[in-house]
Amino acid sequence: MTVEARADRPGRTVAARNLFRDRPVIPLTVLLAVLVAVIELADPGIVNPNWVSVVVRQTVPLAILAGCQVLTMLTGGIDLSVGAVASMAGFVSATLVNGWGLPAAIAVPLAVAALAGLITGIGVGLFRVHPLIMTLGISFVVLGLSNVWQLQMVQTGAGVAPALRTLGSATLFDLVPLSFLVFVPVMLLIILSLRRTGYGRLLYAIGDNPVAARLSGAKSWQVLIVLYTISALLAGIAGLLLSGLTNTASVALADSSLLPSVAAAVIGGTSIMGGRGGYGGAIVGALILTVLSALLTVLGLPEASRQVVFGAIIVAVAAAYTRVTDQA
Amino acid sequence: MTATPARVERVHVRPADLLTSWARRNLWMLGLLALLVFLLALTKFIQPTYGAIALQGLGTSVLPLALAAVAQAIVVISGGIDLSIGSMMALTSVVAATAMDGQSEQFGVLVVAGVLFLGLVLGAINGGLVVATGVPDIVVTLAMSFVWAGSALLVRERPGGGASTWLGNLVVGPLGIDWVPKAVVVLIVIVAVIWIPISRSRFGLSTYAIGSSRLAAFRSGVPVGRTKVLAYALTGLFAALAGLSLTASTSIGSPVPGPYTLESVAAVVLGGVSLAGGRGGVFGPMVAVVILQLIGTDLTFLNVDPNIAFVAQGVILIAVLMSARVVEVWRTRA
Amino acid sequence: MTLTATDLLLEATGVSKTYGAVIALRSASLAVRPGEVHALMGANGAGKSTLVKILTGAVHPDSGRIVVRGRERMVHSPGEARRSGLVSVYQEPALIPDLDIRSNLRLTDTPVEPFRHWLHELGLEDIDLSSLARGMPLASLRIIDLARALAIEPDVLMLDEMTAALPANLTERVLAVVASQKGGDRSIIFISHRLIEIAAVCDRATVLREGETVGIVDVTKGSEDRIVELMLGEMVASTPAVAERTAAATRARDARPRLTARGLASGTKLHDVSFDLYPGEVLGVVSLEGQGQDELFDILAGAVRPSGGELQVDGAPASFHHPADAIRAGLVYVAADRAEALLMQRSVRENIALPSSTPPQRWGPIDLRRERIVVDTAVARLQIDARAGGEVRRLSGGNQQKVTIARWVAGGVRTMLCFDPTRGIDIRTKQQIYVLLRDLAEAGASVLLYTSELKEVQLVCDRAIVIFGGRVVAQIAGADADEPSLLRAAYNLRADAVLPEDIAAAAAAEGAAPGAASPAAAARTEPGA
Repeated sequence: MTVEARADRPGRTVAARNLFRDRPVIPLTVLLAVLVAVIELADPGIVNPNWVSVVVRQTVPLAILAGCQVLTMLTGGIDLSVGAVASMAGFVSATLVNGWGLPAAIAVPLAVAALAGLITGIGVGLFRVHPLIMTLGISFVVLGLSNVWQLQMVQTGAGVAPALRTLGSATLFDLVPLSFLVFVPVMLLIILSLRRTGYGRLLYAIGDNPVAARLSGAKSWQVLIVLYTISALLAGIAGLLLSGLTNTASVALADSSLLPSVAAAVIGGTSIMGGRGGYGGAIVGALILTVLSALLTVLGLPEASRQVVFGAIIVAVAAAYTRVTDQA
Repeated sequence: MTATPARVERVHVRPADLLTSWARRNLWMLGLLALLVFLLALTKFIQPTYGAIALQGLGTSVLPLALAAVAQAIVVISGGIDLSIGSMMALTSVVAATAMDGQSEQFGVLVVAGVLFLGLVLGAINGGLVVATGVPDIVVTLAMSFVWAGSALLVRERPGGGASTWLGNLVVGPLGIDWVPKAVVVLIVIVAVIWIPISRSRFGLSTYAIGSSRLAAFRSGVPVGRTKVLAYALTGLFAALAGLSLTASTSIGSPVPGPYTLESVAAVVLGGVSLAGGRGGVFGPMVAVVILQLIGTDLTFLNVDPNIAFVAQGVILIAVLMSARVVEVWRTRA
Repeated sequence: MTLTATDLLLEATGVSKTYGAVIALRSASLAVRPGEVHALMGANGAGKSTLVKILTGAVHPDSGRIVVRGRERMVHSPGEARRSGLVSVYQEPALIPDLDIRSNLRLTDTPVEPFRHWLHELGLEDIDLSSLARGMPLASLRIIDLARALAIEPDVLMLDEMTAALPANLTERVLAVVASQKGGDRSIIFISHRLIEIAAVCDRATVLREGETVGIVDVTKGSEDRIVELMLGEMVASTPAVAERTAAATRARDARPRLTARGLASGTKLHDVSFDLYPGEVLGVVSLEGQGQDELFDILAGAVRPSGGELQVDGAPASFHHPADAIRAGLVYVAADRAEALLMQRSVRENIALPSSTPPQRWGPIDLRRERIVVDTAVARLQIDARAGGEVRRLSGGNQQKVTIARWVAGGVRTMLCFDPTRGIDIRTKQQIYVLLRDLAEAGASVLLYTSELKEVQLVCDRAIVIFGGRVVAQIAGADADEPSLLRAAYNLRADAVLPEDIAAAAAAEGAAPGAASPAAAARTEPGA
């Protein structure tokens, strides 16, 4: 909106709007830069390569979870199970690594996550259960079963695999987070799939107009089953990274990331109504949320006011999108 | 929900037809009631000592979620969804507990009135933002859930405060005979006094209308924006009632939102309200809440891990909706 | 026009409206006298809908004056417009699906008795007021919507394409009722693409072009040409000219049919439809509303499975479980409802390329360069007036319809199923579509064309089948398919005494009681028929 306010001629206003609508990454990056500038002003010297590295490392799991929301929201859905699935993955991994070794501690949780996603996909795709409800129900099931697993595992104890700790929190040359080894391929895969593959086109098509997609020959159940499996798999990966980053194994590890993941996708310009959006914006959205959080801490505001500001920003950004995209 | 005075129809309708058509329209509700009766009988069978006291406990424990489900049902009927109900409950609950702490009983009445008004305002703000910004309901209320939860933390950092004695007495124990839990009576009276007249009013009709088809409602001259804001305000009012019932039953206020938002969505869906809007009522969700609670109780009696009970809730939610879909497909094929 | 403002019931002057960069209305004016039926005409995108929406408060104008009965009004919502006596009946009925009819009446403060009276006048009597609007046929809903509007006796009643999608018998009733409103104190603004109807019921016509009022015409015999001329502006106004075509008779009939249907049945609407569709021909399907044509096309497009009968494609039995199966068999479907066919927020390019990425084996990377060539070719062939990168929702109705067709033309057409492809679009685009369908047929494709505009049959089709009550009741060669004979055929079974009961019931439900049409209405439609 700041861009728009400066525009004095209608032509330029329209151009600014189109930029915001079609390439939200650019104005969002400007907003991110402003936030970084403010945090530097508030606490001179805080912004250094080390700080940037910390922020990026913290953002990686959230950005992956935001990817789950972008993909599902493009089809007009949402994935409320990412919190439970990510927590489950991190927790199960931690309980397995001592007995079964690292490969199993990575493969088993991801397989369980994919299974949960498959069930979600079948519910949404074949049985046409509303995604909100289906993923909500699955999150109840996953959380409950994680708790049962936790009771079974009390004797054996749990600890995050050292390899995951390194992957989640270490850096290369004190600068590049090692989690980029996972994140960069994931990011490229999502962005390229959305832009240049038939599957990506179908996600947009189903979200924009399911009837038209069907009449054009798209079998949405196939697309949705694959989609929710991918989403749960991504959530599982995010959970492993998160457990490595925080060095905790808890069945509630990622619960607090659920709503921010939706928020990051919304700020990044993905419409919850489907058919519009992209992953690039969501990554910047996740960065904005992390930096904003850091800024509020620097300003000495309590957790309470941080939440209030969070909420206000989401409404404001979403309102700005609605304004520019509704222009006929 | 139509309340047009009966008029003589040219088409003659037999009472039996009316009954069957009523039954068909309320099939879901009848099924829920049957399930409820079955579960009560089952509970008594599993645990022969299950009696009046347990029933009173059941009443008190379902009250907050039942009121939250009513709140959610209203906004869902209007075509929206409110993901900030849990946060609004936390906020109204801490405000009530903080304001009533150590104050006189009479002051407590004032506080209750004030908190109810606060609920209306919170809801109206949610609705106002939805209408003014044009952002999807789910996004606005998700964002506002942060705002209200944060505000709750600003009021009180950790659980505490107090509640007037009369407020606690209102929801605990029996009314008259032992078998009538006071909380259930309170719930029914609240809903009957607030929702029934509203649902039969023009505003109620408009609420169903904007949920069913926003465009058709707009073109029929329904003030869509105003109706939506009012529906949200009403949701806020019921969220405040739910928050007060939390304070009443625990005598404190907690700033951390409980699981009420998502569970209210689950209850609303199980209660036969379409997430697409325009269909359903508030009684189904209330019954669904009791059913979910009873299933949990039964599993506890059967010595099942309480976590399994939580799993069961998710499985039931999914299974009911999947089978509803199967029935629908089967019916259209037949 | 020396009338002063007070002599007019409604006067709108200098009304303008822009959406972003798009100018919907430049400077429109409209003056309606009391007691007249006033036609509002214009090609698609001329601004008719916007003007109506402004008059009924659904859209706020950027500038302009609206005067009702000499008093300036600024209506901010349909509710307010309703109270000032301005009511519109839209193409999509404004009935709440989940409320019963009685609650719908209560919602709009409509008195029940006048409503019943008008329902009766409009030929729709067997309506249970306690039935939900959801599930009623579209035609019934539109009639109910109209009766509801008439019942509150508005000063100005606006009818937006009221007769579109109505069966001929109900159309007659509607026109009779519209005509009966003449000469009173109230007026009707009548929007229709059908010049015959305009000539039959309207007194005067206001013509819009590119958001401006370009003329007001007294509707008399022969004024149609003048109206068309005004609508088209610089363009040459002529009757649709379709490419010369080889007569159906000379076509090689011994060729194997592309598509054979035998005894198709579905639900309560479609009972027994058989036909052969040959390569190189355009086969018309003609029927009144709700005679099973929707079900027929749903079956052929693979959207619905038939309950009986069989289909053969190129001589081999075919059964479709999903539209994808039909597409694989070469049957592609162009829907009348563009909202059903288009991804409104996506680009023209993505809309046209959509079918090429639907099967799972095509989910992989897209060859963008090849795609661009294919899309650009299709855009050029259909003369779509837009850049391929633009969002489809910003296109005019006619261009949107072209995109739905281009999607299939891009991949090469073998059999095209068109369901009323020209509904609600302007004359010029219609002509382009006629030419395209003929070209496809000349190139060896088969086209099945359902149309609600009977004159299209003679223009485009080689022959036509007529469906009534879910059965094929007649087959007419294209040369003989003039409107009177088609109409007669479409009504064919009405006088038949040995109607199967279900057909009679279906006919009664549609309000098609024998002899329902008033003599006046019949006389009025005569010249056009």
